[in-house]
Amino acid sequence: MSTDNRPLSPHLQVYRLPFTALTSISHRISGVLLSAGSLVLVYWVLAAAAGPASYQTASAILGSLPVQILLFLWTFVLFYHLCNGIRHLIWDAGHGFELETAERSGQIAIGAAVALTLIAWLIALV
Amino acid sequence: MAQFILPPNSRIKQGEHYAAPNGAVNTRIFKVYRWEPDSGENPRLDTYEVDLDSCGPMVLDAIVKIKNEIDPTLTFRRSCREGICGSCAMNIDGRNTLACTKAIDEIDGDVRIYPLPSMRVVKDLVPDMTHFYAQYASIRPWIRTQTPPPPDQERLQSPEDREELDGLYECILCACCQTSCPSYWWNPDRYLGPAVLLQAYRWIADSRDEDTGSRLDDLDDAFKLYRCHTIMNCASACPKGLNPAKAIAEIKRLMVARQ
Repeated sequence: MSTDNRPLSPHLQVYRLPFTALTSISHRISGVLLSAGSLVLVYWVLAAAAGPASYQTASAILGSLPVQILLFLWTFVLFYHLCNGIRHLIWDAGHGFELETAERSGQIAIGAAVALTLIAWLIALV
Repeated sequence: MAQFILPPNSRIKQGEHYAAPNGAVNTRIFKVYRWEPDSGENPRLDTYEVDLDSCGPMVLDAIVKIKNEIDPTLTFRRSCREGICGSCAMNIDGRNTLACTKAIDEIDGDVRIYPLPSMRVVKDLVPDMTHFYAQYASIRPWIRTQTPPPPDQERLQSPEDREELDGLYECILCACCQTSCPSYWWNPDRYLGPAVLLQAYRWIADSRDEDTGSRLDDLDDAFKLYRCHTIMNCASACPKGLNPAKAIAEIKRLMVARQ
């Protein structure tokens, strides 16, 4: 009997991803977003190196409201990636694999990322 | 490369609807994945209205009732009906579990039932387990020794050494964890997956086994072991409450420790 027409059963389409899976895929997505964001950082540094005029332009662009909102989101992404990275470090040291602990550490990572983002922007704006 | 969308022959179509019998008051809708190998058609999702007043409490009771009373062509594996054989592993309400230990009233809304995810389907809810068993065989899951056995008794183990196997020996190889793992969905050919790695660690952790070095050598591979990214779907899915992610971390720890 030929078996090569067998369908593949649905996976991502039907699986209700647990919270730990959502923090995992968010970690990867945040890494991708940070790579994109690092280009903005490079632009800012290049503008500073190119002289006062171009730095002025860069400051104006980066200081505009839409870019400030983007930077705010990037700050959160950075802190989430950092906090969740520490969570991975603790796992790599062999701790925190119980399901309840892993869920709690994910909540802590998100909470800490929100707090650090707000603190960073308070310091920047005040 | 990971294949996120289903191939054209695997996309699920609307199926048939089987209404509840006249007079049934306490009915529940079950949506069940169907695929008929001889039809040449795509899989479909059939809808059955089941009278819960004449049905046992578990999801397996409902699908047995569907097969007995509504649609005898529905195909699925089952045996022990008490969570020890692992035959009725399937995706119920978006999570992998055993149909025999999953209560219908734990589920909100329609009960959706699919085969174990990202597997080749033989028929309806029956996935092809050949590759999974081959991966299990590849770790050579039996005791491997260098020394001759004691002449007058078995190889003994202290109670403390025996305790090292708790949380490992209970695995029934149902593949709920294996097929819940996104890493395994994307790399089934090269990643061993949570169930097989838990079994690999079960032999590494056994004080009577004398082949730990070669077991670790076999696993020391970017794909076989290190595709685990601690997503933890395995631990969420396991119907026996085991924690493959933790066993995999133990293997990774031993890899570092022996360097």
